[in-house]
Amino acid sequence: MSEIKNIRDQFMSKLEGDLSVDQINEIKTELFGKNGLISSKFKTIGSIPETDRKKFASDLNQAKDELQNLITSKISEIEGKKINEKLEKEKVDITLPERPFVRGKVHPVSQTIDEISSIFSEIGFSVEEGPDVENEYNNFTALNTPDNHPARDMHDTFYLDENKEVLLRTHTSPVQIRTMLKDKPPFKIIAPGRTYRSDSDQTHSPMFHQVEGLHIDTNINMGHLKGCLNYFIKEFFEVEKIKMRFRPSHFPFTEPSAEVDIGYEIKDGKIIIGEGDKWLEILGCGMVHPNVLKNVKVDPSKYQGYAFGIGIDRLAMLKYGINDLRAFFDCDYRWLNHFGFDPLDVPSNYRGLSR
Amino acid sequence: MKITYDWLKDHLKTSAKEDKLLEKLTDIGLEVESIENLSEGLDSFKVAKIVKTEKHPNADRLKVCDVDVGNKVIKKVVCGAANAREGLITVYAPPGAIIPKNKTKLVVAKIRDVTSYGMLCSESELNLSDESDGITELSSSKYAKNIGKSYFSKPSSNLIDLSITPNRPDCLGVRGIARDLSAAGFGNLKPEKDKKIKSNKKQTLKVKITKEKNQGCLSFGSCLITNVKNTESPQWLKDKLISIGQKPISAIVDITNYVMIDINRPLHAYDADKIDRGIIVRNSKSGEEFTALDNKNYKLDDGMCVISDNKGVLGLGGIIGGTRSGTELDTKNVLLESAYFDPRSIRKTAKKLNIDTDAKFRFERGIDQLSIDAGLNKAAFLIKEICGGEVSKIDIQKIESYKNKVIKFETKTFEKITGFKISTKEMIIILEKLGFKLKKEKKFFKLSVPSWRPDIVQEIDIVEELVRISGYEKIKIENPIKERSKNTLNPTQKLFHFLQRAVASKGYLEAITWSFTDSKYNDHFKGDKKEIKIVNPISSELGVLRNSIFSNLVMYMSKNLDRGIKDLSIFEIGPIFYGSQPGAQNTVVCGLSAGKKSRLSWIEKERNIDVFDIKRDVTQTLVEAGYDSEKFYIDDESPSYYHPGKSGRVFLNKGKDNVAAYFGEIHPNIIKTLDIKTESLVGFEIFLDNLKLPKKPLKDQKTKYSVSDFQKSERDFAFIVDKKISVQDLVSVISNIDKNLISNIKVFDVYEGGNIPENQKSVAISVTIQSLEKTLTDNDLEKTNNLIIETVENITGAKIRS
Repeated sequence: MSEIKNIRDQFMSKLEGDLSVDQINEIKTELFGKNGLISSKFKTIGSIPETDRKKFASDLNQAKDELQNLITSKISEIEGKKINEKLEKEKVDITLPERPFVRGKVHPVSQTIDEISSIFSEIGFSVEEGPDVENEYNNFTALNTPDNHPARDMHDTFYLDENKEVLLRTHTSPVQIRTMLKDKPPFKIIAPGRTYRSDSDQTHSPMFHQVEGLHIDTNINMGHLKGCLNYFIKEFFEVEKIKMRFRPSHFPFTEPSAEVDIGYEIKDGKIIIGEGDKWLEILGCGMVHPNVLKNVKVDPSKYQGYAFGIGIDRLAMLKYGINDLRAFFDCDYRWLNHFGFDPLDVPSNYRGLSR
Repeated sequence: MKITYDWLKDHLKTSAKEDKLLEKLTDIGLEVESIENLSEGLDSFKVAKIVKTEKHPNADRLKVCDVDVGNKVIKKVVCGAANAREGLITVYAPPGAIIPKNKTKLVVAKIRDVTSYGMLCSESELNLSDESDGITELSSSKYAKNIGKSYFSKPSSNLIDLSITPNRPDCLGVRGIARDLSAAGFGNLKPEKDKKIKSNKKQTLKVKITKEKNQGCLSFGSCLITNVKNTESPQWLKDKLISIGQKPISAIVDITNYVMIDINRPLHAYDADKIDRGIIVRNSKSGEEFTALDNKNYKLDDGMCVISDNKGVLGLGGIIGGTRSGTELDTKNVLLESAYFDPRSIRKTAKKLNIDTDAKFRFERGIDQLSIDAGLNKAAFLIKEICGGEVSKIDIQKIESYKNKVIKFETKTFEKITGFKISTKEMIIILEKLGFKLKKEKKFFKLSVPSWRPDIVQEIDIVEELVRISGYEKIKIENPIKERSKNTLNPTQKLFHFLQRAVASKGYLEAITWSFTDSKYNDHFKGDKKEIKIVNPISSELGVLRNSIFSNLVMYMSKNLDRGIKDLSIFEIGPIFYGSQPGAQNTVVCGLSAGKKSRLSWIEKERNIDVFDIKRDVTQTLVEAGYDSEKFYIDDESPSYYHPGKSGRVFLNKGKDNVAAYFGEIHPNIIKTLDIKTESLVGFEIFLDNLKLPKKPLKDQKTKYSVSDFQKSERDFAFIVDKKISVQDLVSVISNIDKNLISNIKVFDVYEGGNIPENQKSVAISVTIQSLEKTLTDNDLEKTNNLIIETVENITGAKIRS
């Protein structure tokens, strides 16, 4: 019996040495090969006396298992070491830059339009559009601004013909006219888009963006107008509370008309909306003038409602702290990159307007 | 409209503080634009006496004056005025004072090596008049005792600048503003206390308004004041005008200005002796000319309302007077005009001649037709008081009488429009204070509109008055209901937003550029579209509407390259124009890419950006937008601004419907002409209007899910084919052989030259063959294999490479 133990002990200690895979395999053959030391012991099991046979077999199996396990673990240890050595050699400087990628951006005006659409979508407005080139009727006359009206002086108009019949729209309000001529009331639309006035200086661009709003139904009053704008401004600036002031004003196409100011203050050179005691004018609005409704064949004794016009660029400037309006259209890649938005940042109701 | 609180108090009884006034003005729609303290620092301007003058040692025209500034203090002042002389009493401004005219702050300065302590001021510098020739001369009898005292008598109240909306001509007079304030409960309107002219003298200059079509003058009131002595205005009148930033001129002119501002009643004063036998108000005849008080000569058209005499035009009624009949300091007899002109006529004429005056501004908004008498009375009385003379009776000629407007106002309309209630009693108080005459019926008021409110013509105007005066803060907030009955965006708008973000996600920066552009750039990109000129552009470089977005993008790309960036992609989505009628526009997504890919990369090989980069951007964008690239058809017919050999157009279907997109390298000639400094410039245009919108919503677009788990086999082919045969055609031939078996086709090599015959190319294609139904046998594969070779050879004339 001690013979098995001897073999086991001898080889166990042999295997503990610093061996190569080949040497271990040699040992393996020596033990478990056809005529290996352990293999040949197995062949002798039959010749062992009955009384000792069971113990002999058990001892032999145990020795075999122990040796085999050690061999397997030795081999895998050496192989693991080898692989580690190989991987060590393959090591790269992982701080090297990744393969180049490019990143596009969405213009802040586009982002702002999407934000506006998302907010108004929630309260049931749909988006309408109109052409950039308008006729004089839709841009002025139908909006209760006849040819001799001094209010036309406030719109420095670009004309496309000498008779001044075709022009670049000076506001998005003609979309009101087009929408109401096309469909039947009720109307609940916003119309964002490009607008043009021949005014060009530090704070004016000959092209800018407006969003028009129109809500006409049988019972829409100034309270609804105030509620709608209050909701919009709060959502847009993503603040809990806003300070808003309705101030009487005059637009030929609305009556009564109002200009809306929001309260703000400057903290550390940044504008904070909704606090402070300074006022900033951000939009014009009012109840659609009965003359306008008549012009689009809507009965003013049955239907009434409000309209508003907001400067989109101005909103974007306020929200995102952009100082210079002219830069919006200058296409400087540094500016576009700085103020632009990742295309994946789609403003939506469920995930909010911004991250 | 500029006013002061002091002036307002002439008409309004109130003791409220100024900040309350400012708040109230804005609250009732008379927006305060700015407040300015004109008198700030004015007390430092002193009455002073020149005690000695010497010639400046280094300048012939300058003098060095010793000036007594009071309390025996003598200051040395360098002065260039010719009238600076010993003994003259004038106005001295010390260092630190701010000169009213140009707002510059005086400092102690060396003028040609002589130090000057302060300045002696001209009237112009003090904003007292236009007199800039020489320094102010003060009468020694009046001012000798005042030396060292402040020149400006008392600090005037703040100048309040109001932005008056065009519907409110009545508030272009101080009294009108006072009336509005009183209606809003801010003080009480004082009754008018002007004395009436009592005279037996007839107005002897005959006035006639001709009856003709489009006569712009409806009534003309006048009175003659004889034997006047025109003079400098008294201090109170000067102060009044200066307090609102106007310069006094002479008593007669100052009085007419004062009346205009006080009660919004424009007047005109003629030197009666210069009028040749009476006034004729008539339409002008084409070619008539006159020199106006702005010293410009105007040539008139037919039909402009002129005030004339027998010799010709004296002035444009309600717009501007002429030099021929203007009053001067030696004027003896004055004809005072107080007339009513039709706003449309005024506007038409002023616009045509490009004249803007205070009178025109008021008349085109509508003047109180019943204020003719009041204006004449007020002015004539003041002239008599200040300049002496005798006043005639008032003469009024008219061709049309004022018609009183009456409006029926249903009181419930107020709540219907505003959403809140005010009592009938409150309504009555407001309306009566605004000047309405009111007759109360059961459910409505019969309102007689005051003559100074041309803007009020219908019921809604009354609602506006009531809500404006009661206060917009009373409007209750009705929170919106979160309910949507219609889609926010229609399919076209959805596509717009999708394309915008799809292109941006490919590394393009979105630009927004103006819809107009420089024809110099546009000419290159307009293609067969006609140029659309703007009649009145901001500048000649922005003179046309863009026929292509490239016109702007290429210019801005060039600017960015000049800024030093080398590799850049920009795009814009927006309108291009093909005609000057409303709607003659298309929506285009236009992208432009310049430079190299992987410039200076340690890991990737750098190369110029090329046509297949841009083709990928176009194709990927269209695929992402939901179009099937398998159906795309590409050909090489593109507009002339693309490289003729490296550009193409995309159709969504082979049926050649509308062009979905162009793409390619920008023509090298254009790059050269416009001097664009880049290694490579490629661009694309996707025409949104030409993309067919999906008929089905996304939920219905998903077809039945079926994939094959049977073994697939990839076979490679190399064909030698005529150069003219497009790879697209080759691939199409193969894919049409058996759509059920051929699941994928890849072009993995294109090769020309070497052992390939001239005018031919070798195209290597990998074809994936897979059945949805079974595992294909070697036999099946062999059959398909042979079919591919045979079909391609037959249809395209290609030869399989062995």
